[in-house]
Amino acid sequence: MSRQDTIDLTGPIDVEPPLGERGTGESHARRWTGGWGFVAKLTLMALVNAAGVALGWSAYVEGSWGILLGAVAILVVTNWVYFSRRALPLKYLLPGLLFLLVFQLFTIVYTGVVAFTNYGTGHNSTQEQAVDAALIQSERRVEGSETYPLTVVERLGTVGFAIVDGDEVRVGTAESPLAAAPDASVDDAGRASDVPGWDVVAYQRLLEDQALQEEVLELRVPVSDDAEDGSIRTREGTTGAIYLSTLEWDPDAQTMTDTATGVVYRANDDGQFSSDDGETLPVGWRVGVGFENFTRAITDTDYSGPLLRITAWTFSFAILTVATSFLVGLVLALVFNDARVRGRNVLRTLFILPYAFPAFLSALLWQGMLNPNADYGLINDWFFFGAYIPWLTDPWLAKLSIILVNLWLSFPYWFLICTGALQSLPDDVLEAAKIDGAGTWRTWRTIIMPLLLISTTPLLIASFAFNFNNFAIIYLLTGGGPRFPDTSAPLGHTDILISMIYQISGVAGGRADYGLASALSIIVFVIIGTISGLAFRRTRRLEEVL
Amino acid sequence: MAGPVTVPAQTAAPRRRRTRERRSRWLREVGWKYPFAAVVVFYAAFPLVYVLSAALATTGTLTGSTSLFTSISTANFEALGGTLFWVWAVNSVVIGLATAIGSVLMGATAAYAFSRFSFRGRRGGLTALLIAQMFPQMLAFVAIFLLLIALGNVAPVLGLDSKIALICVYLGGALGTNTFLMYGFFNTVPKELDEAAKIDGATHAQIYWTIILRLVTPILAVVGLLSFIGTFGDFILARIILTSQSNWTLAVGMYTWVSSQLNANWGLFAAGSVIASIPVLLLFLGLQKYIVGGLTAGSVKG
Repeated sequence: MSRQDTIDLTGPIDVEPPLGERGTGESHARRWTGGWGFVAKLTLMALVNAAGVALGWSAYVEGSWGILLGAVAILVVTNWVYFSRRALPLKYLLPGLLFLLVFQLFTIVYTGVVAFTNYGTGHNSTQEQAVDAALIQSERRVEGSETYPLTVVERLGTVGFAIVDGDEVRVGTAESPLAAAPDASVDDAGRASDVPGWDVVAYQRLLEDQALQEEVLELRVPVSDDAEDGSIRTREGTTGAIYLSTLEWDPDAQTMTDTATGVVYRANDDGQFSSDDGETLPVGWRVGVGFENFTRAITDTDYSGPLLRITAWTFSFAILTVATSFLVGLVLALVFNDARVRGRNVLRTLFILPYAFPAFLSALLWQGMLNPNADYGLINDWFFFGAYIPWLTDPWLAKLSIILVNLWLSFPYWFLICTGALQSLPDDVLEAAKIDGAGTWRTWRTIIMPLLLISTTPLLIASFAFNFNNFAIIYLLTGGGPRFPDTSAPLGHTDILISMIYQISGVAGGRADYGLASALSIIVFVIIGTISGLAFRRTRRLEEVL
Repeated sequence: MAGPVTVPAQTAAPRRRRTRERRSRWLREVGWKYPFAAVVVFYAAFPLVYVLSAALATTGTLTGSTSLFTSISTANFEALGGTLFWVWAVNSVVIGLATAIGSVLMGATAAYAFSRFSFRGRRGGLTALLIAQMFPQMLAFVAIFLLLIALGNVAPVLGLDSKIALICVYLGGALGTNTFLMYGFFNTVPKELDEAAKIDGATHAQIYWTIILRLVTPILAVVGLLSFIGTFGDFILARIILTSQSNWTLAVGMYTWVSSQLNANWGLFAAGSVIASIPVLLLFLGLQKYIVGGLTAGSVKG
């Protein structure tokens, strides 16, 4: 191992390979002599393999090649690691490493990938799926076509239709086209009443079950394997008719033609079908858009103005929170780090109560206490003589409230940290200063403070990074409000970058724009990374730790 | 208090003067700290006293709940039974415990490997972990959401609205945040112990499970507790991933009470807060000595 790097990570570690791996030629990893340990391992590996194979198989069935590849890779690596006689450290690292790779590193990389696409509402999937969706959405009932008596049937949670076509009953679902059901019986009304292998859904139940109703209205059962034949749909659950798409897809020319109007929609580079008039079909697909999301964040008037203000507020919020709570915590630590004060343990316990109270509860609690109506809100009633002060609905007061609530939440943390740091200051240095005639202020300024800052700077920076993304406090206290009046985006005066990303990402519902949200995430990643990088350089904590 | 110096026999007057001086010095240097402490304690505790009072009040609304302990009843606590509160509480505890146990196991094995074996990529691995730790997982929530949609199409148990999926997501962050905390601690366990055991013929697995893990129990407890508290309090990932009411955690569920009808649900919220916070408060206060040590190594809040 080269030792030229400035950071020495090897440390004083020098471990010989364990006896089991030397000479005997057989790893204990494959020995029965391991006893119960080996049996446990074998059982665990069997379970892991079973789960992996199951996942891989259903990925294959669904055609999710990425997941299939991932499952196979994980299985191969896991089996190799645990049944090999090498790779001893990996045996210990692998479980955590796999989770880290899939749920942290992969998602960060994937954020980067999504940031360069137009992924979001209207651009959700591949072109193939977009074509299917467009064809379905443009389905119209064939003019003057026959209607068939229809019965809703069900099997294992899958809903299907049984229609009577002449003397024949035919059954199908969204997945499987209509097929004859020879032994089915037909009732007096001419509808299928008993279909072997299927449960007939009573009409009464259809009327009462809202969710089932919606499912039935959405359901389209293909008439045959050929999409050109159209599909059966129903409007009321008792009769079905054939619907045909008014669009025609030509895969070679990459065009959609509206058979009713003759308008031709061509696939364009933006992942949409557009006509010559610039009209587009509602369903598009995902395509790479380069830096468009990044430029849109800066130039689109809906986002650019708010983005600037939100970035400024994010920085001020994080800095002010850290500064105020650190100062209050420091002052308290200095004041009460005094052996002459009695009952310091009790005081300490009382001081850190807010920190031990779960933060999401604190935020909601303060939301209630800051209610402007003095009949409701404790703060106005107790401290402001029942005045009507709109703590959470005035832009500046809302910001002030957030800072103050966060101060309440986090000063105990800094009190604990500073107390610990003060107690670990070397006594002899302080004594030497005293002997040299340094006064309290002088000692504090030139000895205590610098030493204290050395040990707390990494935590200050970590805390800054944490608050930079302190979603919970913002979302639970003000919800980002009050809203900006001059933008249509759902953003407000107290939104920070992470809550802005949340609002425009659409993961909570509404119009989704994963691409733009990911682009903003990447920007925040860069900010956080830069700050953390500076932090490490500043404190050289790396060397201590490693 | 500064120990009073025993003064040899003196005349009454200077002694009285000295006592007065001493008292004013005590007031100047120490005495004022008590009223100051009272102010701080009031600031720290009044919201909690208030929520306790609201939880015990007969009325369940926010209106007129600004005076303390005017009525005492358990009505609000009983009303919790008519909601999904207990389901959410169980979800929170199950998810928190599973994440805590998983984090401890993964972090400890990784720390053991880094601390006891020398292997190629060890240095790089540690640095990579340190860098991965800098990037908050929740910033990638869009990608996590999309990943879970894709996984859910293949295996619903790993998809959206699955508690197992949420636990997996939390475990994804376990290695980055905990390994260093544990690594430092593992290094303090003398390696002579391992070597002695090795000479006696113990395998690395035996050394790990029977020797090392027992000696590092304090750090295991700290990491487990911190990760439980962190998971218990997480809002954003739980909110995104758990979509159906019966799968919610306390953070998500109690938010919906207050976000829609703050006034009407205030009693429920207060009672729920008391129940949800008391175990965490007790754990925290009981183990604060250890937690402070853990905090200085990895900040979780603040």
